[in-house]
Amino acid sequence: MPDHLRPNSFDAVAARARCRRYRRRILEISQQVSALHIASAFSCTEIVDCLYHALMRPAPAGGRSPDTFVMSKGHGCMIQYVILEELGVLSRRDMDLYCKAGGILGCHPDYGNPGIEASTGSLGHGLSMAVGMAYAEKARGGGGTIHAVLSDGEVQEGSTWEAVLMASSLGTPNLVAVIDNNDFQSLGRTSRTHPSFYPLVEKFQAFGWEAAEVDGHDSAAIFEAVSGRDRKRPFMLIGKTTKGKGVSYMENVPIWHYRSPNRQEFETALKELEAEA
Amino acid sequence: MRNAFSEALYECAKADPDVFIVVADISPAGSMGKFQTEYPERFLNVGVAEQSMIGICAGLALKGCRPFAYTIATFSLYRPFEMVRDDLCYQNLPVTVVGMGAGVVYSTLGGTHHTMEDVAVASAIPNMQVLSPCDPLETAAAVRYCASQTRGPVYLRLGKAGEPVLTANAVDPFEVGRLRTLRRGSDVCILSYGPILKLGLDLADRLEREGRSVSVASVHTLKPLDREGIAAALTRHRRVLVIEEHVPHGGLGSRVKEIAWDIQAPCRLTCHSLRDEFIHLYGTTDELLEAHGLGLEALHAAVDR
Repeated sequence: MPDHLRPNSFDAVAARARCRRYRRRILEISQQVSALHIASAFSCTEIVDCLYHALMRPAPAGGRSPDTFVMSKGHGCMIQYVILEELGVLSRRDMDLYCKAGGILGCHPDYGNPGIEASTGSLGHGLSMAVGMAYAEKARGGGGTIHAVLSDGEVQEGSTWEAVLMASSLGTPNLVAVIDNNDFQSLGRTSRTHPSFYPLVEKFQAFGWEAAEVDGHDSAAIFEAVSGRDRKRPFMLIGKTTKGKGVSYMENVPIWHYRSPNRQEFETALKELEAEA
Repeated sequence: MRNAFSEALYECAKADPDVFIVVADISPAGSMGKFQTEYPERFLNVGVAEQSMIGICAGLALKGCRPFAYTIATFSLYRPFEMVRDDLCYQNLPVTVVGMGAGVVYSTLGGTHHTMEDVAVASAIPNMQVLSPCDPLETAAAVRYCASQTRGPVYLRLGKAGEPVLTANAVDPFEVGRLRTLRRGSDVCILSYGPILKLGLDLADRLEREGRSVSVASVHTLKPLDREGIAAALTRHRRVLVIEEHVPHGGLGSRVKEIAWDIQAPCRLTCHSLRDEFIHLYGTTDELLEAHGLGLEALHAAVDR
C-alpha cells in the first residue's frame, strides 16, 4: 500500500480497550435476560467496532452519519446496541429494558429504533437492502457508504447471491460488506457440513467484487483492508473469526449461540476479559 | 392495463425524482421505453432474481425513494413472500409490489402462472394495502396514488393488456379506500374488482334489459376495505352478488360475508369465485373462468336461483 493511503487515524490500543468494554457490557446485560446471542456478538465485536469508530464518518452534532450500518446478521445486534449506547444514541434505560415489557429493544434490530437503519433477523435480507441503499445514495448523489455485516450462515441463502450479483452489476462502489466468518452454524462447523462453502474470497471476486480476507479480531487489519479498497466496485471483507471470542468456555461451543451465562460463568468471563487487558 | 401503468408511471417519474421501477426481467410495454431512455438511473432490472428485487426496493425506500417492484404476480408476491413481509410490510415502506397478469390471465401457461390467492396472501400481512383496478383508467389512478403515497406498502394487482375501459361514465370518482359505484340501481348489486368486473357489467346489462335495476361497484381497494360502503350496498339492495377472479377464501367474497353477518344484512348474498382448486385446463381466460362457474349464463341463472 502506498504510504499516502496508509491509514493514520486508527488507534489499535483504543480499539482493543473499546472491544473489551463492549464485551463486558454485553456480559452485564446477559445477567438480566436468559438469551442474547452472546457468542454471535463476540464473534463480530471488532468488525462492528471498527466500522462504527474508524470507517464510518461520525455523525455531526445532532445529526446522522452520512454513512449507514446494516446488521444483516440481526442476531448479532447486541454489539451494535452497546456501541449505540456508548455513542448516546440508545439510552441506559433502553438497555435496561432489553427484551422486557416497556422496552424497545429485542434480539433483532427493529427499524424505527434509534440508530437502527433496517429491520433484520431473518437471514439473507440485509445485503439486498444494502444494495438498494447504496444504489439510492449513488443515483441521488448522496455520497454515503453503506456497511453491512453478514453472518457466514446467511451466505448460504440464495437471496444473498442475488444481491451479490446485483451489487457489482449495478456498480455500487459505496458498498462495503463484511462476513463474520466464524465457521459455525447451528448444526456444526460449516467447513465440515458444507465443505464447498469455501473458498469465499474467490467466489466474490468471480462475481465482480473486490474481496479480501483478514483476521476478523484484528482491528487494524480490518481497518487497513476496508480503507485501502479500490472504491471502484463493491467490497467484501471476509473476517476469519471465533464464535464467542474473548471468553474461553464460549469459544466455538455452539450452546453459547443463544444462552446467557449463570452467575459463576459470568464472573469467570469477566476475569478472563480483565486478564487479557 | 400494462400500457396505462407504463404511461402513468412515466408521468409520475417525470414529475418526481423519487419514483423508481425495479423489474425482474419482465418489463411493461408502452411508455416504459421512454422511462428507461429518459431516466435510466431510475429503471433497474435485477434479472430473474425476485428476492433481491424486493430487498433492493426496500433499500431504495429506506433512503427516501418510492420504488415500484414489477413482474408477473406469482413472482412478485409469492416467490419473494418473506421479503415482502419483512422488508416492506414490517418496516412499513412505501414500495408498490406490482402483480402483473394476476388471476388466470395467463390461461395457457398453467398453474405456475395463475395467481388465484394473492388477495388473501397480501391482505393477510399487516400494513399492506391491496389495490385491484378494473380497467386502464383505474390503473392509471392507482399508479398515481402509489407513486405519491407514503403510508406504506401496496400490492397492486393488475391484468395484462387489452382490457376495455369500464369506468368512463362511473357515478363515483376513484378514491383509494372507497368502494366506487359505477352504476346505481336499487334492486340487484354486483360487487367486483379487477378485469373480471366486465363480466359483472355484462350481467348488469342483461338484467337491466329484463327490467331489473342494477348497481355495479368496483371494490378496487381490497385493503383497507370500505366496510361502510359495503354495508350500505348490503342494506340498500335485495340481492347482492360478489364476482371475483380469486379462490373463495380470503378475497372479497369472504370479507363481504363477514360484514353481512356483522350487520345482519337483510339481502340475499352469493359469492362467485374460482374454486379452491388448481386449474389444469388450457384455453382462453374466459374458458378457464367458465370452467369454474364464472360465465355470463351461469351467473345469470344464479341471480334468482
